[in-house]
Amino acid sequence: MNLFVMLAFPLLAALLCWRARTPGIASGATLASCIAVLVLAIDTAFAALRGGTVVGVEIAVAADALSALMLLLIAVVATGAAFFSRGYMQRMREGPARLWFYYLNFNLFVFSMLAVPLLVEPTLVWIFVELTTLCSAMLVGYENTREALEAAWKYVALSLMGAAIGLLGFLVLFAAMQAAGGGTYTWEGLVQAAPRMPPALIETAFLLVLVGFGTKVGLVPLHTWLPDAHSQAPSPVCAVLSGVETTVILYVILRMLPVLDAVPGVDLQLWTVSFGLLSVGVAAFLLIQVRDYKRMFAYSTVEHMGIILVAAGLGSAAANYSTVYQALTHTLTKSFCFYAAGAALLATGSRDILAQRGLIRRSPATGASLLIGGLAIAGAPPFAVFLSEFSIFRAGLAEGRYIAIGLLVLFIAIGFFAVMRHVNRMVFGAAAGAAEPFRLPASCAAVLVVAAALVIVSGLYLPPPLHELLQRAAARMAG
Amino acid sequence: MDPTLLLAVNALAGGLFLLCAFGIVTMRQVRGCLNLFIAQSLLLAASAFLLGAAFDSWHLVGVGIVNLIAKPFVIPWILRRMLHEEIYARREIDQAVNIPTSLLAALALVILGYFLTLPILEALDPASRLGNVAIGFAGLFLGAFTLAVRREAVPLLIGVLAMENGAFFAGIAMSRNLPFIVELAIASDGLILVFVVGVLTRMLHRRVGSTDVGALAALKEGEP
Repeated sequence: MNLFVMLAFPLLAALLCWRARTPGIASGATLASCIAVLVLAIDTAFAALRGGTVVGVEIAVAADALSALMLLLIAVVATGAAFFSRGYMQRMREGPARLWFYYLNFNLFVFSMLAVPLLVEPTLVWIFVELTTLCSAMLVGYENTREALEAAWKYVALSLMGAAIGLLGFLVLFAAMQAAGGGTYTWEGLVQAAPRMPPALIETAFLLVLVGFGTKVGLVPLHTWLPDAHSQAPSPVCAVLSGVETTVILYVILRMLPVLDAVPGVDLQLWTVSFGLLSVGVAAFLLIQVRDYKRMFAYSTVEHMGIILVAAGLGSAAANYSTVYQALTHTLTKSFCFYAAGAALLATGSRDILAQRGLIRRSPATGASLLIGGLAIAGAPPFAVFLSEFSIFRAGLAEGRYIAIGLLVLFIAIGFFAVMRHVNRMVFGAAAGAAEPFRLPASCAAVLVVAAALVIVSGLYLPPPLHELLQRAAARMAG
Repeated sequence: MDPTLLLAVNALAGGLFLLCAFGIVTMRQVRGCLNLFIAQSLLLAASAFLLGAAFDSWHLVGVGIVNLIAKPFVIPWILRRMLHEEIYARREIDQAVNIPTSLLAALALVILGYFLTLPILEALDPASRLGNVAIGFAGLFLGAFTLAVRREAVPLLIGVLAMENGAFFAGIAMSRNLPFIVELAIASDGLILVFVVGVLTRMLHRRVGSTDVGALAALKEGEP
């Protein structure tokens, strides 16, 4: 029942935004719905810990530990972004007139994302993956400038192309199921039927889904839209897009791994690992030459999606754990980075890295947030991303994947120096121009503080229930 | 009716389907592109009906009906309402690659689609080993190629829709028993797709003054 209520809240909020059309009601309804979803997601996570799988409708709607983890991540980021939007969106060029439209799309976007981990029928999941694109298109283009519309267009065109490829992948997957003698077409049913599936079909299906949904995840070479869309959208939307949406789509790819494992004579680990490494490597070099700090964080998302894919491709139990751990740490850290980037944009009105010099003097909160965010996302030691990346290295070395892990370490190190060089330039140094002090809107400051606390604490302490949720989620990846 | 005859007619529909995909790549007028998409969707529906009759599957007939309503009628209706000028402007639309070269590339893609599907066909049950599978894959590739060479918003949208047509054309042969509710949901998803892309195209037209999305190239790395 909870699962349906969780889906109903954002829809209701969207309806309210559409009927009321006043910024106050729209933002209040959005925030209320996000908090309600967060409470329900926590409840679902505990239920998944107690009883395994929470079933809404047999063979259609259910949440196991892996889904519950995704729901939790979506809810956390959506709540943060909704709260951040209150202060941030007021100061945007568009003003309050179209705010109801922003919140309407925001709620629909959250709804479509929540449905992806909740549904267990692959083709239905496909529909909602496509809906995440369609619901977020207007958010990316919300600022209605030439650049924002260009970004929205590239985003929609490439994502829809990927979705069509993914659709064929799921149809081939269904054919594989039929060839194996049928059964229920769910993630669970697929794993059960997998030992009888013809390898040719399952390989084709996986590669089509990997390429198709990989486009939407931002895997190289189909990543070109990602830095555009993730930098032109309003910053709270960037936090959702980069922080959690990419991870949710990657989750669909991860769902196929236990099926592949169970088919005899299929080994696609090489594909997954090399696809992942390619993304990490290309993103690391692109990180060096960015001039726009929102694009920098967007490229860092490409890098992290690659890291997660490499970890998933390693295949051992320890690697599976580090996969979901990396997904968690990336979501917490990257959404914080985009809140900080949004604050910097409010403070200086420029996306240019060079225009930010001495940010810490002009707005200490913004400068400190950017510094913490940069250190954390690049993988500096006390932070959680370092721990999750380290667990991937360890799992990979235990598997004897020396070349893959060697390359991964090299690329991550390049990415680290690139990010830190840019962040240093922005935060320190003499302030460019007149350094009048800047005050952040209260809601933005509050979100920055809470998100920073989450980033710092998650590096030092992982609550036991969360640790167990990660372990159970990892177990779901092994079939 | 005699299944062999039905399957023979289905093969004809497949050939014409592929021809439409070629047309969508090379057509010089937006309206021609849309008309070819309508023809392609009608052929997809026809193929679903023919296979439904040949295999006594009501399910496929249902798929055919959904496709017959949504694609050749509702989608063009939405497009004409939202983007009237775009579709009826009688002007030549340019391409990134000239037409003879794109035709050759398209031909290569069809051959690639054929060879890629050989191992798939072997793994399918004998009744599903139809020309549809290879043609569907080729249709998907040609749609993607359309996306690569077209520069205008509406032909690009038609490219995306043609890709979905290709996926379904293979799907009706391979995965015949896909739940009907899913087909219905995918079709309504297609309508939302056309609506959203339509709104975006209108916003572009108002802000930028044209729908030549190929000319949008402000966002890139390098000097700001």
